[in-house]
Amino acid sequence: MVGSGTGGPRTLPREEFPAFFEALRAEGYAIVGPTVRDGAIVYDRLEGVDDLPIGWTDRQEAGRYRLERRSDRALFGYSVGPFTWKKFLFPPRERLFTITRDGPSFSVAPEATDPTRLALLGMRACELAGLEVTDRVFQGGAVADPGYSARRSRILRVAVQCGQAGGTCFCVSMGTGPGVRDGADLVLTEILEPGPHRFLFEARTRAGAGVLARLNAPAAAVADERTAGEIVARTASSMGRSLDTAGVRDLLRETLQHPRWDDVARRCLSCTNCTMVCPTCFCSTQEEVPDLTGATVERWRRWDSCFNLAFTELHGTAVRKSGLSRYRQWLTHKLGTWHDQFGTSGCIGCGRCITWCPVGIDLTAEIAALRVAPASTSKEAPR
Amino acid sequence: MLADPSPPAAAIDPEPPPLAPIPYVVRSVTTETPDTVTLTIRPSATRRIATPRPGQFNMLYAFGVGESAISVSRATPEGELVHTVRRVGKVTNALAALTPGDTVGVRGPYGRGWPIAEARGGDVVVIAGGLGLPPLRPAVYAILSQRESFGRVEVIYGARSPKDLVYYDEIQTWRRRTDVRFQTTVDAAGRDWYGDVGVVTTRLPDARFDPPKTTAFVCGPEIMMTLSAKALADRGVPRDRIWVSMERNMKCAIGLCGHCQFGPSFVCRDGPVLRFSALEPFLAVKEV
Amino acid sequence: MSAAPPPDLVGEIANHPLFAGLDPKLVRSAASTAQEREFAAGDLLAREGTTADTLLLILRGKVALEVGAADRPTLTVQTVGPGEVVGWSWFVPPFRWRFDARAVKPTRAIVLNGPALRETLSRHPAWGFAFLVRFLPLIAERLENTRIQLLDIHAR
Ligand SMILES: Cc1cc2nc3c(=O)[nH]c(=O)nc-3n(C[C@H](O)[C@H](O)[C@H](O)COP(=O)(O)OP(=O)(O)OC[C@H]3O[C@@H](n4cnc5c(N)ncnc54)[C@H](O)[C@@H]3O)c2cc1C
Ligand code: SF4
Ligand code: SF4
Ligand code: FES
Repeated sequence: MVGSGTGGPRTLPREEFPAFFEALRAEGYAIVGPTVRDGAIVYDRLEGVDDLPIGWTDRQEAGRYRLERRSDRALFGYSVGPFTWKKFLFPPRERLFTITRDGPSFSVAPEATDPTRLALLGMRACELAGLEVTDRVFQGGAVADPGYSARRSRILRVAVQCGQAGGTCFCVSMGTGPGVRDGADLVLTEILEPGPHRFLFEARTRAGAGVLARLNAPAAAVADERTAGEIVARTASSMGRSLDTAGVRDLLRETLQHPRWDDVARRCLSCTNCTMVCPTCFCSTQEEVPDLTGATVERWRRWDSCFNLAFTELHGTAVRKSGLSRYRQWLTHKLGTWHDQFGTSGCIGCGRCITWCPVGIDLTAEIAALRVAPASTSKEAPR
Repeated sequence: MLADPSPPAAAIDPEPPPLAPIPYVVRSVTTETPDTVTLTIRPSATRRIATPRPGQFNMLYAFGVGESAISVSRATPEGELVHTVRRVGKVTNALAALTPGDTVGVRGPYGRGWPIAEARGGDVVVIAGGLGLPPLRPAVYAILSQRESFGRVEVIYGARSPKDLVYYDEIQTWRRRTDVRFQTTVDAAGRDWYGDVGVVTTRLPDARFDPPKTTAFVCGPEIMMTLSAKALADRGVPRDRIWVSMERNMKCAIGLCGHCQFGPSFVCRDGPVLRFSALEPFLAVKEV
Repeated sequence: MSAAPPPDLVGEIANHPLFAGLDPKLVRSAASTAQEREFAAGDLLAREGTTADTLLLILRGKVALEVGAADRPTLTVQTVGPGEVVGWSWFVPPFRWRFDARAVKPTRAIVLNGPALRETLSRHPAWGFAFLVRFLPLIAERLENTRIQLLDIHAR
């Protein structure tokens, strides 16, 4: 996988990890990555290695997330938290432009995007796949989103291969992890044992190689490469969940009237959590924010969710009024119509929507239930 | 510890944002019905949108209020645009309150319009319900401008009542033409209406066309389109030659905000004009 | 039964979509008590609440089916043209018109005698059945149109 000119893998001892932070800064990057806040591991600006969730892990189940102490001092010994990298490319709230009255007419002033170059430290394999999905959404069509594209051009993707699977993870089913295949600039594997705590570094792009060149890290021993492979294989074999993706797009097209939707609708609270934590959900709405004089108006964009009633407002009513129809839109979009729209699944198997659902709705279980033909009506009854 | 690196110099993204409205000036405002007006607008500066094709729509912007998707009812090569707006809420009320000389924002044109070229060589049936006529109007003119390329042309226009008919004077001139059959019907009427009464599908048996060689363009409220498309299909018009113009909540109109999804389609980008054969399975399910 | 009906009346009835293809003997029987009539624009063909003893086959023109009440303007709910029919109240008790039928254009129609037709159909159940197979879809279609009207398909 390593391209020519990027050099072979290197090994960096844990004690020298601060030098990696310095190398990133020397290459012009501010660093965002995992840190513990309010009882969860979130992604935020990092000042130094000590900001990392050293010695912490997360325990996840449907509807449950808890931080726990590890028996070691791992820097990346957790799976994924409630936040995603998406917010650095597609902010929850963003001013798009400002419109000012100009005599009888008006003029539009575009918004400058934050020029900071960001190193996204600790991207998981599934999250890299998620980035590819949002790339298709925001840059793959006729009109690319300018804000996303500008910010996207300024990131460095520093991946860390997963040393353990979360309780709600199913990246193996989705073919997105836990090993990092494509889409990273740098790939790290944290090796806790045997031997000293250390990191295997691989540069996958010129930008990644530029950072690596600043490190005084020796070429990796073959044994370390093998160990990294074993770590990934062990993670792959301990997935918390699995999802049978065979024909799932057709399944969802054919089961729009399945009684299971009634069942899940009785549990779903339409709280929007699953769409807010999902690394690929892209829906947004726009707002006009006038200033006090009324001469200037700011156009803001903010995240929206298909679980909101107003999302489908049409002629003073909503197209998707029932909770059933809104949950169905979410699931059929993620795993079904996303393929029609973007040529890929909208789900990358991170499990966040399962963990952060207050009532523990698990899409892998819902898909399994939809695969069971309903007792009486196997064909859709026409309206 | 090192400080964050200083930002690179060029930070402004030079392109005008794709969601930014372009100022146009209102030239004239015509009252169509008690709640509907037709706006004729033209570019106020050098920037203008590309010339829309029949069936496409624009996002019209009322300063400080917001945007609405509005179909293009006419577009001249000089850049003049005609839009017919029904007052239903915040933005459409602001748009309908504009007077000549006022500024309105425009971005567009968006979506895929009527596939007029595909209809060549056969008969054409156009069915419009209520405000479904404005987006069909440029299609009718395009067909009439190359009349010899088509077989019989039937236009059926239905509205709730006589006072809800738009483009009344223009309808009269269409009715006098001999190269197109134009039927108007209303759901109910008083004694002062001498035209047909009955829902729009009741006019279909009177329309003359050769179903297997017919292309149909249908626009109106969703239920009217569904019923009309089914009636056309029952008459033998192939489902993939029946085209309907869908309406969904729209925020961006460029396939980025997710609001307009209908099954696999983004109505703003893949539609609004879509094949009935592709829509039918989803129209048959409530609340898709 | 009365004298042989005029042949052109038989032909017109036999060509009308309601009777086309039905037993010629039924057609002749219906024609024997039928009349062809012209109505000027504005003429009433039927008046709501009065005895319904006719079935009208429209040949030319246009007829509005109107409903009205003292407290609101008369409303036309449907117009009926050539090839269509007005009236099924003659077929079912209490044999009273449910609406006004008014010509909105000069109209020509064949007026069939309801009681006589009922009598004929009940005496020949095979004819009666064949006739109903024709007649019921018309009623069903009217109901369907009413349903669509109720949906208020133009409401936004
Ligand atoms: C492709 C397309 C073409 C259209 N063409 C026309 C036209 O030619 N003339 C015309 O008068 N109207 C047209 N409409 C409908 C028009 O966009 C809505 O009536 C308008 O957006 C309502 O906004 P409002 O602020 O006035 O109403 P409000 O009720 O205040 O709107 C509330 C919210 O609902 C949304 N909304 C409500 N109704 C609709 C709707 N029908 N379609 C999309 N979003 C809606 C609004 O965008 C807003 O977000 C079209 C819609 C679409 C999708
Ligand atoms: S429609 Fe729903 S599931 Fe799909 S991207 Fe938007 S918020 Fe996410
Ligand atoms: S749908 Fe759920 S599991 Fe799939 S990517 Fe989104 S949050 Fe992760
Ligand atoms: S209107 Fe935004 S995606 Fe269609």
